[in-house]
Amino acid sequence: MHATALTGGFAEAPQDAARAFRAVMNVMARPGLIEVLTGAEPPAPMSRAAGTLALTLLDGNTPVHLAGALDCPDLRDWITFHTGAPFAGREHAAFAFGEWDDLLPLNGYPIGNPEYPDRGTTLVVEMPALETTGATLRGPGIKDTAALNLPDPAALQANAMQFPLGLDFFFTCGDRIAALPRSTKVEAA
Amino acid sequence: MNQEYNFAYLDEQTKRMIRRAILKGLAIPGYQVPFASREMPMPYGWGTGGVQVSASVLTPEDTMKVIDQGADDTTNAVSIRKFFEKTAGVATSEETAKADVIQTRHRIPEEDLREDQILVYQVPIPEPLRFLEPRETETRKMHALEEYGLMHVKLYEDISKNGAISTSYAYPVKVEGRYVMDPSPIPKFDNPKLEMAAIQLFGAGREQRIYALPPYTKVVSLDFEDYPFEASKADHACDLCGSETSYLDEVIMDDAGGRMFVCSDTDFCHSRRAAGHVGAQGVPFEEDAA
Repeated sequence: MHATALTGGFAEAPQDAARAFRAVMNVMARPGLIEVLTGAEPPAPMSRAAGTLALTLLDGNTPVHLAGALDCPDLRDWITFHTGAPFAGREHAAFAFGEWDDLLPLNGYPIGNPEYPDRGTTLVVEMPALETTGATLRGPGIKDTAALNLPDPAALQANAMQFPLGLDFFFTCGDRIAALPRSTKVEAA
Repeated sequence: MNQEYNFAYLDEQTKRMIRRAILKGLAIPGYQVPFASREMPMPYGWGTGGVQVSASVLTPEDTMKVIDQGADDTTNAVSIRKFFEKTAGVATSEETAKADVIQTRHRIPEEDLREDQILVYQVPIPEPLRFLEPRETETRKMHALEEYGLMHVKLYEDISKNGAISTSYAYPVKVEGRYVMDPSPIPKFDNPKLEMAAIQLFGAGREQRIYALPPYTKVVSLDFEDYPFEASKADHACDLCGSETSYLDEVIMDDAGGRMFVCSDTDFCHSRRAAGHVGAQGVPFEEDAA
């Protein structure tokens, strides 16, 4: 284990996690909204926003899937030290982190079942850019319409078609975060 | 703040579990997410679900307001406010506009809530079908299959027995055309306000369920074409502030049948009186009179 695994956590865990969760909840409740999410300093290549989300929501009860470049020893050690979350394949993941192409195909993740739709995976997608332009979003949390530069509107449309089953997404870039729950109806720009 | 407690009383692992449930609740509006409710230093029925949700969403910078049937000064509201003053060190207020997080038992404030506010409901029985079907295995299937005929039969029987839908509180709603949800025992007068700008979170401690409504979620009170939903209230004006639009409590004044109607939302009534409104039995507002 490298010493980097031991650093980069919350300075004041209860207070920092509370502030971080407020941002995380706000974006999930308002698809298309972008908030700043900071507090943790994960090792490269994970973004600060994704690292802060990890420390806010992960623990021993949440199997985690790391995809692509994020599946590296430094990051595994960091997540293990700070959260204790077990690593798992995508078919057992409660949370999955990675770039869009590395997280595909989407049909490998649990989407919940009709009696417990909440058992679907939450995907945290690392993005090259995060902007409120592109696909049009409608649904709960959105007054009229919102917009977000989604990686693949067609795939996310298909995800929304499965409602109330499906996957929920966070999109992170640097220290910024947005979300797209399964309830949002996506229309390609 | 009392340093012997973790911030907002609950341990971090419990808060993470509740926070994950809140996120899934927001992603599936109206669906009841099971969570591992903790024992709290107050009995079930006193708002343990709401308290656990509030403890998981509060930040140190927040101002909190707690109401019980609209009132800031009843035992339950005062105790919960003190609990969070002590364990989270947050500021508290009785003014709706100043609060970031509002925990409520059975009312929605009269004043419209803003996008940056969070309303946390205390819920006794989260399952709207529970009194029609006692088995959890069955109600869970009914939600999965979207089988809500029984609820309409119940409302129909109301009409056939009483000539109108007599359900006056905890009036069932359908969320985004999918899940039938219990809005907690708010009067049906409050149902139209469920479509609001703030985030609404519902916590049921004993029943171990959390559910949520993101802002502007479509919420429709169940009804029939020939018996449309009606948001009713006492046909009277507030005797203290004269408001004709607020929800009223009936207060018995003496043994001779004397009574008065007053706003259930004490902050709303107070601010109207402070602005110079006087009701039929009211006296002009004086500072510190309350």
